[in-house]
Amino acid sequence: MDWNLFVIQFINGLQLGILLFLLASGLTLIFGIMDFINLAHGSFYMVGAYFCATLTFLTGSFVLAALIAVAGVFIVGVIVETTIVKRLYRSDHLDHVLVTFGLILVFDTLVQMIWGPEGMVIPLPAVLDGQFEVASLVFPSYRLLIIVSGLLVAAGLYLLVMKTRLGMLIRAGASNRDMVSALGVNINRLFMLVFALGAALAGLSGLLIAPITETNIGMGNGIIILAFVVIIIGGIGSIKGALYAALIIGLIDTMGRSYLDSLLKSFMSVQNAETAAPAISAMLIYILMAVILAVRPQGLFPPAGAA
Amino acid sequence: MLDILNLEKQFGGIKAVDNVNLHVKENEIHAIIGPNGAGKTTLISQVAGELMPDAGQIRFMGRDITFMRPAQRARKGLARSFQITSVMLPMTLLENVSMAVQSRKGHSFRFWRAAANDRELIDEAVLALDAVGLSNRANRVAKEVSHGEHRQLEIAMAIAMEPRLLLLDEPMAGMGQEESRELVAVLNEIKKHKTILLIEHDMDAVFSLADQISVLVYGKIIATGGKDEIRANPEVQQAYLGES
Amino acid sequence: MNSYLPRTLSGIVYTGVIVVFALMPVFVQFSGQIFYLDIFSRIMILAIAALSLNLLIGYGGMISLGHAAFLGIGAYCVGIPVYYEIYNGWIHLALAIVACGVFALVTGAISLRTKGVYFIMITLAFAQMVYFTFVSLEEYGGDDGLVIELRSEFGSWLDLEDNIALYYTIFAVLLLSLFFVHRLVHARFGRVILGSKFNDRRMQSLGFETYRYRLVCYVISGILCGIAGLFLGNFTSFISPEMMDWTRSGELIFMVILGGTGVLFGPVVGAGVFILLEVWLPQIITFINGLGLGAKLPHELWHLIFGVTLIAVVLFGRGGIHGLLTRKKRP
Repeated sequence: MDWNLFVIQFINGLQLGILLFLLASGLTLIFGIMDFINLAHGSFYMVGAYFCATLTFLTGSFVLAALIAVAGVFIVGVIVETTIVKRLYRSDHLDHVLVTFGLILVFDTLVQMIWGPEGMVIPLPAVLDGQFEVASLVFPSYRLLIIVSGLLVAAGLYLLVMKTRLGMLIRAGASNRDMVSALGVNINRLFMLVFALGAALAGLSGLLIAPITETNIGMGNGIIILAFVVIIIGGIGSIKGALYAALIIGLIDTMGRSYLDSLLKSFMSVQNAETAAPAISAMLIYILMAVILAVRPQGLFPPAGAA
Repeated sequence: MLDILNLEKQFGGIKAVDNVNLHVKENEIHAIIGPNGAGKTTLISQVAGELMPDAGQIRFMGRDITFMRPAQRARKGLARSFQITSVMLPMTLLENVSMAVQSRKGHSFRFWRAAANDRELIDEAVLALDAVGLSNRANRVAKEVSHGEHRQLEIAMAIAMEPRLLLLDEPMAGMGQEESRELVAVLNEIKKHKTILLIEHDMDAVFSLADQISVLVYGKIIATGGKDEIRANPEVQQAYLGES
Repeated sequence: MNSYLPRTLSGIVYTGVIVVFALMPVFVQFSGQIFYLDIFSRIMILAIAALSLNLLIGYGGMISLGHAAFLGIGAYCVGIPVYYEIYNGWIHLALAIVACGVFALVTGAISLRTKGVYFIMITLAFAQMVYFTFVSLEEYGGDDGLVIELRSEFGSWLDLEDNIALYYTIFAVLLLSLFFVHRLVHARFGRVILGSKFNDRRMQSLGFETYRYRLVCYVISGILCGIAGLFLGNFTSFISPEMMDWTRSGELIFMVILGGTGVLFGPVVGAGVFILLEVWLPQIITFINGLGLGAKLPHELWHLIFGVTLIAVVLFGRGGIHGLLTRKKRP
């Protein structure tokens, strides 16, 4: 058993999980509170990465660029919410799907027109780019950084949602939207904040992964599906659910891909295993989702009082 | 025909339906009355199959239907009307009632012949609409007719199913005096051949139609009997009749 | 259909569309603009796919974001047998029907237990599953796709290698599909599906096990889309898993909305406008750039216009093109 490989894959799994969590937390809040399906959430992920790339180039500092980029995506979120999304809260889901689908096209094209079709590389400062060694196991530091920052954000979100007035409104809204507006809260402002916060989290996720994968057009469109699977498994409207589901999915997906073919080889011919393994590992997540939907349709940790 | 035995349903700490026993005999109209919040809706939902009881049994024509799906119960002969009108609004009255007829006739996995020309469906739908007095409005779209006509439509759809038991949930809800009287006349006609379990607030209607009356208060049946018995019952007077 | 002569504006337009389709090859012969044969072949194929989706969305109220999977499965039901040198079109057709039918049955059985947002997401997820499965099938090209060397052989009387023969075959299938869907929605089965869309609770209390009817509808829709996929596989000589990406499903939904949901001809018009915009917008941009006005519009701009149009249609366009054609005149 190659422990080094195991640990690295485990870390990769956690990292994917954290990124998914950042994406999914915004998505689940927006769904849970505004009942709004945002297919374009992955576009915020992409924009965050591009903002960060350009800003790193301009300022020379990745960390500074990251902070400004997150703020930038927050502002983009505000703009999108107030111009377009706001008109759709009363429409049905089909309209949400179509409009946000159109938004994906708009964002993909705008990004391409501004930054060109080639991806951008984000150079990491040397201190973050190295490796870590503990007890003869070696891991890349940056991935650990992603995990740590993700967990910090998760903790921050926890504090926000559990300990502040805004958080209380968010929790109430996730369980019972009508109640919140009946209480006289400025619903428009709350919705705008939630949307923009979700966008900012997505942007953070994008800029965190960009130094590893490079930015590219439409980079959010694939991972957004995984994010939707996360929130379904976790329970729509639940941040706790999003965290657990994201980590589970991140681990299953990563470890599944690495170890499934050796697992299959133990009882299948080598050739069959090599064909079947990538197909099955791609499907694992969806199979899990189908099973959960069949057995516990409200998800693993639905917010209290949700149907 | 319908036997409700020791039925219980609890929400949180509150017993919405508390050890309810009720029997509806063939060809009788049995009315359930009670103040708001008494648990009538919860009781009806369980009889209709939209809610599952915590304990107890519901028997219909000798068969245990306690956990049957609503569609199954309907096919076994239990038709219901809804307190808040629930019809296919974009369809015409005729189409709505035809749907009820179609369900009874079966053969809905037909993919070819136009249902709009299907005399088998239309003729019977017209009969049902006639019985409630709506046949001259048959081709109006349901969305465009009045509230009173909606209530009539609910009844028409229920009788088009030619059920063994009609479960009518506040059929007079929201109706004016004149309209209510007309509907009571319709129900008086229908009751000659049907068994009806009726939930109602309108006391005039209840006393004019019902053979047996059960009074439901805070989830418990406090009295069951004929009109005179109930009117004379002091507990009932205190709990309910005093309010209306 | 009371009279076969269209008297309304929409009736005239739709008849006109069919006539245009019927005569396109003639136009192509005369004008020499061969690529229009290709464009209209594609329009008709996507019209069949959109028609199948309209059955689900427009008549059934089931919003599936994974319909492109059927297109892809249908196409690969040509690609894979051809890879093994099986050229018999009837085998391709049988394979497409069975594969799409089974996939629809299994995924539909699971998905239809959910509603609303969950349904949308789970159909999406299943489609992605199929996408990834084909990507991982290295043997058939995986991500790089598969070249189909020869078209399906249906017998010596029909040579699909002839582009015009293929065109008219697709046209015939489109007409048949329109007719079939028309009969279906007006028959008892269609009534139940519509009724379930309008008021599922009511339908159940009338005695209909709506789940079963919806499942059958889902399977019919999937198979019809698979047949469209079969023709797509014949029409293009190159197929890839990209055909099944969820964004393609989004495009199909857009075609349905654009034409008018729940309207028989809607998808035909929707597919037509969608593809023509896709073809003409870039040409318009090239034209404007070439006018010597100093304009240097980036080529991707057409995608942007497309996306904005989509948004505008949903936000402001009630009822799609059909809605426009049938709007009553204001006094």
